[in-house]
Amino acid sequence: MIRDLLTSRAARPVLLLLCLLPAAWLAAAAWRGALGVNPVEKITHETGQWTLRLLLATLAITPLRRIAGWPELIRFRRMLGLAAFFYATLHLFTYLWLDQFFDWNAIARDIAKRRFITAGMVSFALLLPLAFTSTRRWIARLGGARWQRLHRLVYPAAAAGVIHFWWLVKSDIREPALYAAILAVLLAARLVWRRAKAAAGAAAPAQTSAR
Amino acid sequence: MVTPRSVYLSRRRWLAAALALPAAASAGQKIENFRKTGYGKGESLTPYDAVTSYNNYYEFGTAKEDPARHARNFRTRPWTVRVEGEALKPRTFDLDEILRLAPLEERIYRMRCVEGWSMVIPWIGFPLAELLRQAEPKSTAKFVAFESYFDLKQMPRGAWAGIPFPYVEGLRIDEAMHPLTILSAGLYGELLPNQNGAPLRLVVPWKYGFKSIKSIVRIRLVKNQPPTTWNLANPQEYGFYSNVNPDVDHPRWSQKKERRIGEFFKRDTLLFNGYGNEVASLYTGMDLRKHY
Repeated sequence: MIRDLLTSRAARPVLLLLCLLPAAWLAAAAWRGALGVNPVEKITHETGQWTLRLLLATLAITPLRRIAGWPELIRFRRMLGLAAFFYATLHLFTYLWLDQFFDWNAIARDIAKRRFITAGMVSFALLLPLAFTSTRRWIARLGGARWQRLHRLVYPAAAAGVIHFWWLVKSDIREPALYAAILAVLLAARLVWRRAKAAAGAAAPAQTSAR
Repeated sequence: MVTPRSVYLSRRRWLAAALALPAAASAGQKIENFRKTGYGKGESLTPYDAVTSYNNYYEFGTAKEDPARHARNFRTRPWTVRVEGEALKPRTFDLDEILRLAPLEERIYRMRCVEGWSMVIPWIGFPLAELLRQAEPKSTAKFVAFESYFDLKQMPRGAWAGIPFPYVEGLRIDEAMHPLTILSAGLYGELLPNQNGAPLRLVVPWKYGFKSIKSIVRIRLVKNQPPTTWNLANPQEYGFYSNVNPDVDHPRWSQKKERRIGEFFKRDTLLFNGYGNEVASLYTGMDLRKHY
């Protein structure tokens, strides 16, 4: 049943619409002047939060595929990753434009001096090549193994994103702590499977190539 | 017997205040008798809705919209304020008595938050000095320590704020006695809404907003510099003085500019929030980078 839904032709367009919903909501609220007392702050926070949520959703695909036994979830991973990048870009441009008004000196100083901005910029810089090489053509060009290695940059990118949020808050760390906990679980799952795989490999000496 | 002048003056004040503040005073109620002042001439006021819906009052939650939502049923009557410490006449004042100590004035002040935003707010209050004088500070009183109300039952979200409560703040005695420093009981012509620190709060317009402690229950005249909440929570980021200063950055962000709520472009932040003419002399010879 669920697997039928996941493989249906409508699944990806529906997910795309869902991913765009927060942006559409923000745009509509901005249009109506309903972004509250400090609209720029609101846009910054919302786009940042959606970046993190979508990054974590992207990272949840692999564990879910294995645990739930829904391999077809892989169909959605690229879209979720690109949606995360889309919100990261909105987030960055909100900062560059509405917060700093493209004052490049101030921005350069900020990046060098403010560690939470450094972390955010690192996260974005790591996501950039991933978004750029997200097409089938790039997978073919790089070759599956190299492409996959490159795309492991999503782990440090997500970590830098969560740290960026953690370092921003003044005292109430509940929200960033929640993101950090989810990220930790998602990364730990990979580590566990890797260990299990390595152990299985060691137990089967017939394997030829040492990894 | 002739009524002493001080008594009949206080009686007149009492009458004036009694008219202004009916017994069952509550947030949002109109204040009838207050005098306009020249402070803030030419500033355009931040809209009432913004002033009362975008607040930092961590006892009621750490999101800006939390205080307006969760302070609604906060009980501000009866309310007393204890003034004690290095004073000849320490005592407890009832709120209504405090509001009769001095004529209420409207002071339109700029308010600069350490987070980089600002507002212009028409406070109603009177100089803090008027209350402190009632307690007759001794010469040993070098600082003033303030304490907010805190009660987990009324403020359950305070448990998650990440800073210790009750909130405490402090001023040097000359800062506390400065005519710009006021105790405020109202804004926009009415009693303070709960989210803005009802029923009585401090307003020190040349310092970052967090110095202007809300819902005060205790004021102590003390010999030594008292602990202050944000300094306890994060000493590298929040100093005791916390004067608005564009040249001393918060470690995590620049303080050079600010976003005036309601404006699109940021404006330059002014030293002492633009009150340098009045207060710069308090800090002559002090290294403001060291005493941030």
